Amino acid sequence: MNRHLLSAADLDRDDALLVLDTAAELAALTDRAVKKLPTLRGRTVVNLFYEDSTRTRISFEAAAKRLSADVINFSAKGSSVSKGESLKDTALTLEAMGADAVVIRHPASGAPDRLAHSGWIGGSVVNAGDGTHEHPTQALLDAFTMRQHLAGGKGDLAGRKVTIVGDVLHSRVARSNVLLLSTLGAEVTLVAPPTLLPVGIETWPCEFSFDLDSQLSRADAVMMLRVQRERMNAAFFPSSREYSRRYGLDVRRMNALPEHAIVMHPGPMNRGMEIAADVADSDRSVIVEQVTNGVNVRMAVLYLLLAGAQLGEPEGSDRMAEVTAP
Amino acid sequence: MVGVSAARTPDETRTVLDSDDIARALTRVAHEIVERTKGADDIVLLGIPTRGVYLANRIAERIHQIEGREIPVGSLDITLYRDDLRRAPARALLPTSIPASGIDDKVVVLVDDVLYSGRTIRAALDAMSDIGRPRMVQLAVLVDRGHRELPIRPDYVGKNIPTAKTEKVLVHLEEFDGDDAVRLSGQSQEES
Amino acid sequence: MTTSYVIRGSRPLGGPNVDIVVSDGLIAAIGPSVDVPTDAREVSAHDLVALPGLVDLHTHLREPGREDAETVLSGSQAAAAGGYTAVCAMANTNPVADTAGTVEQVWRLGQQAGLVDVQPVGAVTMGLAGTQLAELGAMADSAARVRMFSDDGKCVHDAVLMRRALEYVKAFDGVIAQHAQEPRLTEDAQMNESALSGILGLRGWPAVAEEAIIARDVLLADHVGSRLHVCHVSTAGSVEIIRWAKSRGIDVTAEVTPHHLLLTEELVRSYDPIYKVNPPLRSERDVHALREALADGTIDVVATDHAPHPAEDKDCEWAEAAMGMVGLETAVGVVAEAMISTGLMDWAGVAERMSMQPAVIGRLAGQGRALAVGEPANITLINTSVPYLVEPRALRSASRNTPYAGRSLPVSVWTTFYKGELTLDEGVLVNQARNAASAG
Repeated sequence: MNRHLLSAADLDRDDALLVLDTAAELAALTDRAVKKLPTLRGRTVVNLFYEDSTRTRISFEAAAKRLSADVINFSAKGSSVSKGESLKDTALTLEAMGADAVVIRHPASGAPDRLAHSGWIGGSVVNAGDGTHEHPTQALLDAFTMRQHLAGGKGDLAGRKVTIVGDVLHSRVARSNVLLLSTLGAEVTLVAPPTLLPVGIETWPCEFSFDLDSQLSRADAVMMLRVQRERMNAAFFPSSREYSRRYGLDVRRMNALPEHAIVMHPGPMNRGMEIAADVADSDRSVIVEQVTNGVNVRMAVLYLLLAGAQLGEPEGSDRMAEVTAP
Repeated sequence: MVGVSAARTPDETRTVLDSDDIARALTRVAHEIVERTKGADDIVLLGIPTRGVYLANRIAERIHQIEGREIPVGSLDITLYRDDLRRAPARALLPTSIPASGIDDKVVVLVDDVLYSGRTIRAALDAMSDIGRPRMVQLAVLVDRGHRELPIRPDYVGKNIPTAKTEKVLVHLEEFDGDDAVRLSGQSQEES
Repeated sequence: MTTSYVIRGSRPLGGPNVDIVVSDGLIAAIGPSVDVPTDAREVSAHDLVALPGLVDLHTHLREPGREDAETVLSGSQAAAAGGYTAVCAMANTNPVADTAGTVEQVWRLGQQAGLVDVQPVGAVTMGLAGTQLAELGAMADSAARVRMFSDDGKCVHDAVLMRRALEYVKAFDGVIAQHAQEPRLTEDAQMNESALSGILGLRGWPAVAEEAIIARDVLLADHVGSRLHVCHVSTAGSVEIIRWAKSRGIDVTAEVTPHHLLLTEELVRSYDPIYKVNPPLRSERDVHALREALADGTIDVVATDHAPHPAEDKDCEWAEAAMGMVGLETAVGVVAEAMISTGLMDWAGVAERMSMQPAVIGRLAGQGRALAVGEPANITLINTSVPYLVEPRALRSASRNTPYAGRSLPVSVWTTFYKGELTLDEGVLVNQARNAASAG
């Protein structure tokens, strides 16, 4: 594995399976008496969260602490409205404090990339969600959860059909999931109104459809994405009612799924909007497990990035793109 | 002690234990365990992956033949407790599986193929202390090759094979490598 | 008493070698063998390409208001280093250049620096707010003699206001230079809208937001019988619209920046804000269309859109970063790489696009003249044998935000003459701030 985890595309199939297998082992260990492993003793992990996210931050904090790493939490509201200290100055401070890894969540797409490649810090950078770009550890815990239920907890997801529904345009979870799931051999279909699918979706390694009902009978897993009601004001869809009628997972649709199919959601949920309360609480829903799996998957990521010798970087992230002679 | 008598040339690989030697050594170890634990009543065998686990299984089977009782067998991966993690890229974890009856107040016999510096066993002791509190911990190894760096000693040894640090001890087990043999390779020099 | 010079062996517009005598601010003689005044200083220029002094229709000098990024003086130095003898200073300063007072201030600062003609551009609307016309007439009548008006940085998006502006400037031979960007389609846009923007999670700036405005504006210009200039054209679709408009006889001119001739959106993958610019870097297809358009004259001029920013405005995450690149010092090199090295244009074409046409559009007297006896001695000498290795710290601009750091461009600007005096001498800036009163 490389020094950083910035995008799900950083992981090839072997890397991805290594993370999932390591997470499985760690899950088994921490299920038993062992609550704390000494492996990252003496290492410092900084949680640099520029967006409110108690759930993800606590997940990373628990993961680091179970490996005996020291954890420093830095919460900042960084926005164009209240410009506090610049990302650069914060990074230089963290470097001076000896951060071995920085877990960063930031509203600007590409902020983890800047942190990793600017030379401000020397440690590993883990992307905990950047703008509408990526959220690789979420995709990993989603894949882990799917593997548990659909593949006996081992191997990849070859041939499994995963349907992801919702605001793909603004979803970093969707982007990371499409990349990782296709690396693991799954067949992914995105479902959304045309306004919520990004330009160039035909080039993505997945299918897409505007019709949710047509996808239900074949899906092994359905992942619902959070849809913000405010998007209605920017004319992405006319009303919440129309959105949930056409794209919401209600009980009728849930019953149209195959017996074994699971329902997932990265959280937080808009109950009644993209997912009915009864569906969220049904026994098909693995939403709570996703959270548990998150800690184990993040432990695996921190272990693989920090426990061993530092590796080199992947090539070619900064090449000068030229236009050749006509 | 060492049976083979042919003079060695540098870089040659020679077999120091063949499959019969291994079988006899394991049988003897099994008998020793039964004897020293006065019947192997409350013992648990924990093999250190990968080959230690196969050896633990074989020993358990032999004890079963001797005493007519099933002995709990498990595996204990020590990767997360190594003291040399930073010297190589992060390693994949191997399975840890503790028998349902646990290890508290039991006599745990750790089983490994080769005992060398003792650091692996030190890590195994740390790993176990996070899992429970055995009454006693003992160590069974197929080969003791010397060069201890910590105050660790085996309770049961299949074979003592003095080696030079430049030599490699290669253990093959049927279940994993397709054949049973212990071989030595590399130059022999004055032993320390 | 001003110095006389004899420039030996240069090749005007890439043609045969000649000697040029410069005296009293004018070209006194030009030919294979000339009479040289006895006190003339020798300037060795063998095989250097000689062009009329370059003219930039689109520069941001940042003064007044953002002197931390650039001043009229430092911008003039950068211009001279880039071979320019005239620049048009855009109006989005602080305060905005929407009154006679502010444009005169900029004009005077340019005179004091004395390195290039600084021609202020006046804002179209008060404060660039897009709601009320600025005092265009007052600015035209002022000492700065403004003829080009632009809200650049922002679009004059209100159709009625654009119509009125186009009509109003006819009274004094003015031109509206439009920054074509439909604001609602580009709210918070970060990069070109494309498959790549979808992957990178950066909000897209669709080509149609530029093209729709240009389409509207050429039709408006036709309707009211006024001339229109389109700033920094960046898409293939925009080129097609302009080509159509010209074929219909509509009086529209257009400019393209050097970076849009060379760089594509692929560079944004790195999330390095050095590549963040407005309009954004686009696709290869757009770059090729722009090059062809510049070669065939559909696009009339190269204009740098030199946009200096201090380090902290680029040393951050993409969404926080300012948009813009410096360009005065690298313009010739980039155009050489994009157009000369590819065989699309020759040096005569560069003279047209970077000196003569800009002077015509900007109504700049004394600039963009032929290299001929009696013309003002604004001369740029270019060395085509020595490449220019771009080093941000060596730039004369007060800012260092160049996308070409570490890159070698195929030609170097060697020497610049401004009104018969050296401003750049074999790559070295000549430090003399002259007062307008003491100039010849």
